[in-house]
Amino acid sequence: MSGLTAERAIPDRPGRAENYLTAETGLASWLLTTDHKRIGLLYMAAITVFFFLGGAAAFLLRLELFTPEGDLLSADSYNRAFTFHGVVMVWFFLIPSIPNILGNFMLPLMIGAKDLAFPRLNLISWYIFVAAGLIAVYTLVSGGVDTGWTFYTPLTTAFSNGNVLAAAAAVFVAGFSTIATAVNFIATVHLLRAPGLTWFRLPLFVWAIYATSIVMVLATPVLAMVLLLISAERAFGIPIFDPLRGGDPILFQHLFWFYSHPAVYIMILPSFGVISEVVTCYARRRVFGYSFMVYALLWIALVGFLVWGHHMFVSGQSLFANLVFSFLSFVVAVPSAIKVFNWTATLYRGQIVFDAPMIYALGFIGLFTIGGLTGLFLASVPVDIHVTDTYFVVAHFHYIMVGGAVSALYGGLSYWWPKITGRMYPEAWARFAAVMMFFGFGFTFFPMFIMGFLGMPRRYHVYPQEFQVWHVLASGGALILAVAYLLPMGYLAWSLIWGRRAIANPWGATGLEWQTSSPPPTENFDTPPVVVQGPYNYHPEHEGPPAMDREPHSPQGGQPV
Amino acid sequence: MSEAALHKPWRSLRRQREAAEFGLWVFLASEVMFFACALTGYAVNRVLWPEAFAAAARETNVLYGTINTGILLTSSLTMAVAAESARAGLRRLTLVCLGVTIAFGLAFLMVKGLEYAEDIEKHLVPGPGFRLDQPAAQIFFAFYWLLTAVHALHMTIGLCLVGTLLAQAWRGSRPLSSPAFEAAGLYWHFVDLVWIFLYPLLYLAGRS
Repeated sequence: MSGLTAERAIPDRPGRAENYLTAETGLASWLLTTDHKRIGLLYMAAITVFFFLGGAAAFLLRLELFTPEGDLLSADSYNRAFTFHGVVMVWFFLIPSIPNILGNFMLPLMIGAKDLAFPRLNLISWYIFVAAGLIAVYTLVSGGVDTGWTFYTPLTTAFSNGNVLAAAAAVFVAGFSTIATAVNFIATVHLLRAPGLTWFRLPLFVWAIYATSIVMVLATPVLAMVLLLISAERAFGIPIFDPLRGGDPILFQHLFWFYSHPAVYIMILPSFGVISEVVTCYARRRVFGYSFMVYALLWIALVGFLVWGHHMFVSGQSLFANLVFSFLSFVVAVPSAIKVFNWTATLYRGQIVFDAPMIYALGFIGLFTIGGLTGLFLASVPVDIHVTDTYFVVAHFHYIMVGGAVSALYGGLSYWWPKITGRMYPEAWARFAAVMMFFGFGFTFFPMFIMGFLGMPRRYHVYPQEFQVWHVLASGGALILAVAYLLPMGYLAWSLIWGRRAIANPWGATGLEWQTSSPPPTENFDTPPVVVQGPYNYHPEHEGPPAMDREPHSPQGGQPV
Repeated sequence: MSEAALHKPWRSLRRQREAAEFGLWVFLASEVMFFACALTGYAVNRVLWPEAFAAAARETNVLYGTINTGILLTSSLTMAVAAESARAGLRRLTLVCLGVTIAFGLAFLMVKGLEYAEDIEKHLVPGPGFRLDQPAAQIFFAFYWLLTAVHALHMTIGLCLVGTLLAQAWRGSRPLSSPAFEAAGLYWHFVDLVWIFLYPLLYLAGRS
């Protein structure tokens, strides 16, 4: 996708006055900025804080589960800890992470635009997000919530003694931020593409963010209304979910999962985009089956709305409904499988370089495959009934959301770090962290599949002696995982000052975002780019890459140090 | 005049206007799902408890409801005229129509307030001492209060938007060519349209 600008010389580094990081200085220039790149960094700061908070809660959980007895947390405080972990990680880390950090930063660059369609709305959405986060922290300070992130009725409406209203308010407000961002992305993709950048020349990351945004716009309001309903029930005693007065608590589950299953795809679709960019770049290959990759994204976005009932196989739902939802869950697995096969096929005969982003991406493919396949176990009714509410489920969704989405976030951050900051990260440390993340993750969550299948229920702070070996493995793995998460924060921060300066296109990648200096100027491009080719133009179409005259393998594109 | 209305990152006012409208349509899709969630709950419960819902719906004040339907539909007309005249650059007509729209909106909220007062007097608030015996009638009124309150909140937001535009157009701080008039109009029509769904579901359901 080099376009006409490729022939013109692109400065590796912008002048001080053009560089978006130094064009304006002072706190106000950051807090009042409408530059999508700066807002992306604001999001990065806020989301990192929430990652720490949610991670701290997870650390408490794993510490408590080291021994079978409840010696650190009481049952009640354990409930509050896992609820806080879930609420913060889902709504304040996973859902906003890739769209709001990488999407915000990269989307306009990748389509050759100066900014998002509504720059001020973008800034407002950050403030709404921070306000929502503060309410979430207030929830914790005021005693926390013990309902789990799923807010099931009638526990939330009638029995819970936690601060449900504050927690619901936090998630409700965060929804506005999500919707504002999604509207912004959709309008940007529709109306601000560079000349010549037709829909089927869009990079897959743009498609992924676009599909995610559609799901965000259509699913998030349903969560907003259902939270409003439980809040009204708790605060004013309306009887909609109250079985004693003719209400139906199962209706809550239907409405909640109508949002929360698509929400899983909000968390994972952006990762698909990141992986498509990284795999093609480090295999020096055109993506295998570009149009099917696009259709798969849209297919997932659509069918993702039709499978919510597989969370409710044991809720007393009719057998017929169970079978239909089971079937549809298998249907939604098909496009995910297409994506995994296409990434693998992209690797075939590629010139693979094991730089850190690629290690993260390969780790993603492995972990996502395990997560996806165990999803099929859970989609079949008999197996699901056996493992409902056990650690098997916990392991499954952590494989998707943590093994998948967080690996992709770190991979994407490493990949675009030179573009974002103008500095190279230390490659050896990054590879070490990427490998460590894969193994730490496996140690933490694979034992959960086993103990879940053996019958260890989730959400208990005590357990029978026989499960201790698995819990100790998981807790030990969590420690490795924590280090693997903290390490990149350390070396990325280090690279801000001591990292090597990056050139405009350190990876030799094809996206438009590399056709400008690193870091980009405030207006993104010195000359507005024009696109004449499809994406991932790493070798001539209908030909493999030149496998015979393969370049020697050297990290970070072999640039002079 | 068009220079002042053009913002980054747009190259032309036409494209910017298109974006404002398109963005608002996407947002309205979100709003549709928001109300659809509650209306699904309404539908499920109405199928479960048809008699109780019919009996409860007879308790709503159809006169107030009908007056409000008329007011809202007329306000959509004035809002549409305001948006079109802003686009055509007719300052006085825009200001008058925005003002009339606000007046209609306030009238709607006033009638709604009177109706709420009457409902409270008639013990139509779900909870102890509720007027009707069937428990499911309370569910109907739970939806009644929730849906009308959320709708009234949307009306209030719409009034704030239109009021801001009126003030800005009056002072001249926002050029008439700004896409905001059209966008506010779309939002206003949507809120109107929600009422078109609520009116039969809440007021006419038990009266056929």
